[in-house]
Amino acid sequence: MSILLAFLIGGTLCLIGQLIMDLTPFNVTPGHVLVGYVTIGAVISAIGLYQPLIDVGGAGATIPLSGFGHTLAQGVLQAVKTKGLLGAFGGGIEATSVGIAAAVVFGYVMAVIFSPQG
Amino acid sequence: MGTNEGGLLDKQFQKAKQQAEQQKYQQMVQSVKPKQTWLKNAIAAFMVGGAITAFAQVIQNILQAVGLAQKEAGTTTLVIMIFLGAFFTGLGIYDNLGKFAGAGSIVPITGFANSIVSPALEYKREGFVYGVAAKMFTIAGPVLVYGFLISVIIGLIAFFFQ
Amino acid sequence: MGSTKRIGQRTIQFADPPSVVATASIVGPKEGEGPLADSFDKIIQDTYYGEKSWEKAESKMLAEAVNMSIKKAGLTPGDVDYLFAGDLLNQTISANYAARQLSMPFFGLYGACSTMYEGIILAAILIDGGYAERVAAATSSHHDTAERQYRYPTEMGTQRPMTAQWTVTGAGAMLLGKSGPGPKITHATVGKVVDQGVKDPSDMGSAMAPAAADTIITHLQDTGRSPEYYDLIVTGDLANIGKALTEQLAQQQNIDLSGNYTDCGVLIYDPSQDVHAGGSGCACSAVVTCSYLLEEMIAGKYKRILGLGTGALMSPLSSQQGESIPGIGHAVVFEMM
Repeated sequence: MSILLAFLIGGTLCLIGQLIMDLTPFNVTPGHVLVGYVTIGAVISAIGLYQPLIDVGGAGATIPLSGFGHTLAQGVLQAVKTKGLLGAFGGGIEATSVGIAAAVVFGYVMAVIFSPQG
Repeated sequence: MGTNEGGLLDKQFQKAKQQAEQQKYQQMVQSVKPKQTWLKNAIAAFMVGGAITAFAQVIQNILQAVGLAQKEAGTTTLVIMIFLGAFFTGLGIYDNLGKFAGAGSIVPITGFANSIVSPALEYKREGFVYGVAAKMFTIAGPVLVYGFLISVIIGLIAFFFQ
Repeated sequence: MGSTKRIGQRTIQFADPPSVVATASIVGPKEGEGPLADSFDKIIQDTYYGEKSWEKAESKMLAEAVNMSIKKAGLTPGDVDYLFAGDLLNQTISANYAARQLSMPFFGLYGACSTMYEGIILAAILIDGGYAERVAAATSSHHDTAERQYRYPTEMGTQRPMTAQWTVTGAGAMLLGKSGPGPKITHATVGKVVDQGVKDPSDMGSAMAPAAADTIITHLQDTGRSPEYYDLIVTGDLANIGKALTEQLAQQQNIDLSGNYTDCGVLIYDPSQDVHAGGSGCACSAVVTCSYLLEEMIAGKYKRILGLGTGALMSPLSSQQGESIPGIGHAVVFEMM
């Protein structure tokens, strides 16, 4: 059941991204989509609307980049409560540090091992 | 009327004429352009995006079944998905998936990994500092910049208005 | 002034038409699977062509194409007075590094995808003007070097819109001389930069079509000819969409191109090759002209061809700054005498 829900929620989030790229008159590139998802995900999360999506969709809501925005927002909100003003600066990055470090390290290793094939 | 004024009017007239001509041409372009296959793209994005996140859910379920707490399982799943995205980019498979799935393979975190590995791979010939390490962030950089920015803004709002 | 070598607004009429002495074409694996495969001199199977980078591979193809054309003519590099070459990469490095190896007097050109035709016109001018006996014109492009410079890294999972074109991997060289049995270059119409406000960098055909149509129309006016005078009118790399637009633009001036007009970007690939609108890049017009088109002329299928090199004169920077894409089209008349 959780897998089916993850499929539906994850699929829908991707579908929205595709429609934005194809049907808007602007030249929306993958970079715009990624930036947009993180930013909007963080805002939606801050006003408390992203958690319900995760409760239903699980990985379907955490794996899309809007989930990255959610982690940023929840991390910073938590940190403000415990650490105050410093938490407002560090909280988001602390919460997402594992993912960012993983992306950088794996990215580097893959670039060293492989060559582009075109 | 001075000649200057006349010249100005003439220039404005020319500009308006040119704009009208350009508009006419763009209409012509629109009529010739093949219709974007948006329905097919939308279905592909939904199916592939759904499949990627469903696969992540399978991993998360397994991790939870072997005893990881929900939060740890979630983070571990994220790391595994990032690894897979990076690995399949290295193998030269992810770009073929992207050609078909569009946002279906961009929006999941695997797409973020792809956006880091693909320029890093591509610029290997230009060295490991200004090539791999610098180009790695062509797309990931903006994502992190705006991610951090919005997170600090949310933090400051929460700090001052609570 | 009353120069006899110039007619109409901007067409050159060569007094002593230079000849095409020899041509050479090298293409990549994808082009080697296309409908023109049998016409090309060499098909490379590996996009790196045994080199460490795609840029080096492109330069190697370019140098090899020039050498091949000289060899075909039974000459040595010392017999060639000048080389005109250019490509799509920043500072035209493919051409520069090829010229380093060729050690011929060298003029570097940038005309985007129109470079081959720009080179042919200049080479013909030098020869007809009496400044040279033999001049080579050459150009190259490579799908992967162009992608990484103009668009995205090749391994990035992006979707190409239906209007996108596929940059041809290959190099073409044409050796022109004062005399010879091959097709002669009788006229050339130099293109003007035309910009109709198209901004989409994945829709180059639409950006270049107005320039191509402008040059075709001007050429026909300058020479007083109708399209039927030519057995074939062929543009460089407008592909399906640009070709349709060029036909429509000509139609607006009551010029009917429907009978004998085609485009190198349409000819080079089969629709099943997933190239969307068709081919593009410097090598697109170069390899098709230097193989299929001139071979068919020598074989007697065509007697007169009006060829156009078309170029989109933008850069990734100008696109990011929101500038529209200016286009250019240079026309050359090849005639079997």
